[in-house]
Amino acid sequence: MTLPLFSTTEDPGPDFAGLIRRLQVPLHPTMGMPSGGAASGGMPGGSAGGAEFRHGTTVVALRFADGIVMAGDRRATEGHAIAHRAMQKVFPADRYSAVAIAGAAGPAVEMVRLFQTQLEHYEKVEGVVLSLEGKANQLSQMVREHLPLAMQGLAVVPLFAGYDVTRGTGRIFTYDVTGGHYEETEHNATGSGGRDARTTIKLGYRADMARDEAVELAIEALYEAADEDSATGGPDLIRGIYPLVATVTAEGFEAVPEDEVAERFASLIERRRSEGRQP
Amino acid sequence: MTMPYYVAPEQVMKDRAEYAQKGIARGRSLVATVYDQGIAIVADNPSRTLHKISEIYDRIAFAGVGKYNEFDQLRVSGIRHADTKGYAYSREDVDARSLANLYAQYLGQVFTHEMKPLEVEILVAELGTGTHPNQLYHIAYEGTITDEDRYAVLGGETEAIAERLEERWTQGWSLAEALRAAVDALAGPDRTLTGGDLEVAVLTNGNGRRTFRRLVDDELQALLG
Repeated sequence: MTLPLFSTTEDPGPDFAGLIRRLQVPLHPTMGMPSGGAASGGMPGGSAGGAEFRHGTTVVALRFADGIVMAGDRRATEGHAIAHRAMQKVFPADRYSAVAIAGAAGPAVEMVRLFQTQLEHYEKVEGVVLSLEGKANQLSQMVREHLPLAMQGLAVVPLFAGYDVTRGTGRIFTYDVTGGHYEETEHNATGSGGRDARTTIKLGYRADMARDEAVELAIEALYEAADEDSATGGPDLIRGIYPLVATVTAEGFEAVPEDEVAERFASLIERRRSEGRQP
Repeated sequence: MTMPYYVAPEQVMKDRAEYAQKGIARGRSLVATVYDQGIAIVADNPSRTLHKISEIYDRIAFAGVGKYNEFDQLRVSGIRHADTKGYAYSREDVDARSLANLYAQYLGQVFTHEMKPLEVEILVAELGTGTHPNQLYHIAYEGTITDEDRYAVLGGETEAIAERLEERWTQGWSLAEALRAAVDALAGPDRTLTGGDLEVAVLTNGNGRRTFRRLVDDELQALLG
């Protein structure tokens, strides 16, 4: 290894993805999957070109009074089989933002790692933190570069949310496979159980909720999604594996403790039983 | 065609060293010291935006004196090296020693092969863990690398500053004690430096993964007393 120095005309600046491309560190998986399975387009089971790969599912984000809540289930599937029971889909992107992923697990986790490094790299090289809008645009570029693989069935659809320090509010951005990003005013969910999760949030959502109410609603949304969608994992009471929930506020990214999540699921089930509803 | 004049290699090296030393001595100095909770770096730098001290990686900081554009280029390449390595391997695999070696090689190569040596002196500091002690790697303009485990002084008048710091040095001193001694050492008997003339940063546990933190405004004033 030598010191990565560049002439002024070839300097990648604060762009980490540009840097590793110049240094020829292998970046995204090379394009051109085995032909034949093209355009199987985001099948929830996850298969491209006949080969089955891991697939992550439902993630949700919603705004509340002090910032945002983000949550994701833990299941990864390979075709119709469960591939992993404790997958992490909600990640801190940097101090004031979080990113959640749905879609082909391999490229999605790699995209998150690149995104995290990119944000920190920018901050260190430039000496200032990117604006929340800037971070959302960066992620957009990464999703766009992934489009050829998405067209072959390896779609990655992230959800990005954070606390905008200059505006003093939480903001949520959703993406599509083409890299288009759209700001959401209230909430959103993506992944195979996203539709069920969205409906649940929509019914319970109010503007300026308190943190506890928002966490509760996110948990309920994942619970409903897991109930309807086979690729979404619910609370695993036997193994003690629970969805990951995190908040981003003026205090920064904070994971909701597992004990609290477990307790909220338990009381959700209890409450429904006592109300005479199906748990 | 005219033949170039013969100049003895000793003379060439001597001239280059003198040139670099002069450039470095023109700038203000910098002190780094180990204290009970980590490493503190104090620079005589009135600018709030043109930093001499900065973060390289989770447990690694960089500091430079001399020509700003030259050490800033080294700083950025250090961040690039560390981030690339951490991305390709793992965050744990990024260490200050290999980075310090790369800097030393580069500075040495420029010193012997280029027309003009770099007019910089740099420091790579790494916060220790349970098993590894704190490390301060001091790299001179010609690529000489020294590792210190107590303190390092960079820039002009280093001998006088080091002498003043040595007098006050105590093993396991607190951040406030270390800062006051470092500031007095930098200022010397004829000057006084206040918070506004200083750039101060620490590497210390307790901030999570990234241990680098700048001390500014009220926090710095309180520590300086």
